[in-house]
Amino acid sequence: MLRIVLNALRTGVVTTRYPWEPSVPPDRFRGAPVFRAGSRLPPPSVCPTGAISERFDEQGRHVGLDLARCVFCGRCAEHPWQEAVTVGRDFELAARARDDLRIEVVADAPVAAAAPPASDSSADLSAVAVAEAEAGVKAEIRSVLGRSLHLRHLDAGSCNACDWELTALLNPVYDVRRLGIDFVASPRHADGVAITGPVTRNLETAVHRTFEAIPDPRLVIAVGACAASGGMVGEGYASAGGVDRVLPVDVYIPGCPPRPEAIIFGILVALGRLDARRALRTS
Amino acid sequence: MALATLVASDETTTPDADLKVRYIFEPTAPGAPDQFVTLLVSVDPARAEVPSLTAGIPAANWHEREMRDLFGIVPLGHPDPRPLVVHDGWPQGVFPLRKSFDGSRRVSIEPAEEFPHLAATGEGVFEIPVGPIHAGIIEPGHFRFTSVGETVLHLDARLFYTHRGLEKRMEGLSPLDAFSIAERICGVCSLAHGLGYCEALEHIAGIDVPPRARLIRSIALELERLYNHVGDIGNMCAGASFHYGTATGLRLKEALQQMNERLAGNRFLRGLVIPGGVRLDLSNDVARDLNTTLEHTLAGLDGLMGRIEANPSIVDRLDDTGILSYQAARDLAVAGVAARASGIDRDARRDHPHGAFADRAPLDFHVVTASAGDAMARMTVRALEARESIRLIGELIRRLEPGSLQTILTDPLPGGRIGISAIESPRGAAVHWLRTDSHGRVDRYHLRSPSYHNWPAVALAGQTAIVPDFPLVNKSFELCYSCTDR
Repeated sequence: MLRIVLNALRTGVVTTRYPWEPSVPPDRFRGAPVFRAGSRLPPPSVCPTGAISERFDEQGRHVGLDLARCVFCGRCAEHPWQEAVTVGRDFELAARARDDLRIEVVADAPVAAAAPPASDSSADLSAVAVAEAEAGVKAEIRSVLGRSLHLRHLDAGSCNACDWELTALLNPVYDVRRLGIDFVASPRHADGVAITGPVTRNLETAVHRTFEAIPDPRLVIAVGACAASGGMVGEGYASAGGVDRVLPVDVYIPGCPPRPEAIIFGILVALGRLDARRALRTS
Repeated sequence: MALATLVASDETTTPDADLKVRYIFEPTAPGAPDQFVTLLVSVDPARAEVPSLTAGIPAANWHEREMRDLFGIVPLGHPDPRPLVVHDGWPQGVFPLRKSFDGSRRVSIEPAEEFPHLAATGEGVFEIPVGPIHAGIIEPGHFRFTSVGETVLHLDARLFYTHRGLEKRMEGLSPLDAFSIAERICGVCSLAHGLGYCEALEHIAGIDVPPRARLIRSIALELERLYNHVGDIGNMCAGASFHYGTATGLRLKEALQQMNERLAGNRFLRGLVIPGGVRLDLSNDVARDLNTTLEHTLAGLDGLMGRIEANPSIVDRLDDTGILSYQAARDLAVAGVAARASGIDRDARRDHPHGAFADRAPLDFHVVTASAGDAMARMTVRALEARESIRLIGELIRRLEPGSLQTILTDPLPGGRIGISAIESPRGAAVHWLRTDSHGRVDRYHLRSPSYHNWPAVALAGQTAIVPDFPLVNKSFELCYSCTDR
């Protein structure tokens, strides 16, 4: 027993300061791809999940990137497109609206009609503002719950990578309980649900029942590419192709899987607590 | 000989115009060669029936039920008539892996009767339903216990809740595109499954992967084993309510996953292996970083195992809990840690060499076994294998010589060819089977994960324990649902 205590003391504090201090991912980390306007933007066939699309009008060729579908494999930034696409390191991508995760770039011309990802400070702040103006259920959650959020995890057919990252949130390094966030055993004790996976046919009934068991108002957070869009699985005989096909989604967290900090960011987006962090950062 | 895998395929559009069932066996005698023996049965689509082998080969049980669900090939005389992969409300007579079935559309859920669980009956016998949604962050599966008091009489496990139809999804794609899906069948086996798919594909293409790439692949495979084993030891502590052990295991695993991210750009090592080689090099800086991380891991692991072994209240929970006998493990063709902890000396790194283990200069490594077959044996095997992985990574890094990272593959691949590989993933041997169509696209891909053969063993071992110990028994096997269900 004494050894355990001594070991624990020797180990010291290993907990991250995120979100109060920024997390810098390692050099090789593959975050959101950055499309430079140019003629060499890759064709949709490059992307294994169909996250890249294109359309043509009088301005020329528009190349779209859907961050909710992206699995961050980096193929679109490989030869011969490395001049047009770079693998960015931004991982704070969660957004309240599916459309906020769609980026469009015009080939041969500067960026046009680009909806930047939610982490871009100005866009994010406006998204928060818009959502708060809604003054609906979610605002009620925030006012009732203050700084605390208890989530139920729901595996709707994930590959378990997102699930293990949710488990990591409870490890001594991320320890989300320090932020008032916790995962509970019963949906009846939960304020919302963090769903992973594309919603398989064999789990659709369980997904509905779990959602119905959570007291209203309730948040739905789609964690990872499969939950946010169907991802690599897509729609098929065994898969609905994303959580929003069966439930209303409040926050989409891109990633395959999203790293733990990205999930924390997403939960904070759901709670509308990022404005507080910005105030702290700028002060 | 043991059943390695069973692959059904719809070849009605080929000149053979039939359904085929391939029973693939591997020799298991000590020193047996690296071989697979395929028994090929041609099945008439108008009368899709084969005799069931399950009574003689229990490991064929789920394979045959899956074949019936997905291909409509009936195993005559199979003892279990219940569906396995398709759940309640699946329309009668629809077989999703037949080529005539369009897999890209959703299929509506029809009203259905409650699934007939196998349960014991009698005075004082309780049924305890658990899942598919569990009280924690775990994958979904349903466990139906029948018990008298705390004693488990029978345990019926129902899985395939996470069946995503991935094998169907890969059909018709270029094998290079389908790789991204193979890598994502399972999170914590991402590297092993990606590598197994690549080796099957490279078998078809008839290419050799450069030595440096093979070394980096094996380093990453050992790193995957290591982070899993260390995390699993911590999870077993959670099952035995030893929270210091849980927190330490989680902390050590986290450090290794951060290492994964520095090495591969992804905490699950995705994006490192690609068909033909590896995409990222192991620079000297990363190698130094890896060595330092492993030193810390070894010290942390030794400390944790010391605390566990010196703590009678934990050892008492693990000893004699969830026993899997040698004979049962053989009958079910159990793989990996679970098999070795029950005395089966099998390891695909030695028996079906892959990555750097296929090099001419053989790597000296020790296959760890234990005989007790209980939770303690599985924990001990994991701890010893984790130390062996740390040693192996050091040795593999020392062997790195400058060289190319990738052999370029020609796209399309040769048509009508079959590739097979077996990779020792953290949970045991995973057998990959890939066949290209006449245009060199994926015609059929099948993964038999170690968890697929090990789940029935969990149900057996669970019956030797009391109900409250089931979470511990389950964690001592630590199987994946996603790579079983696909």
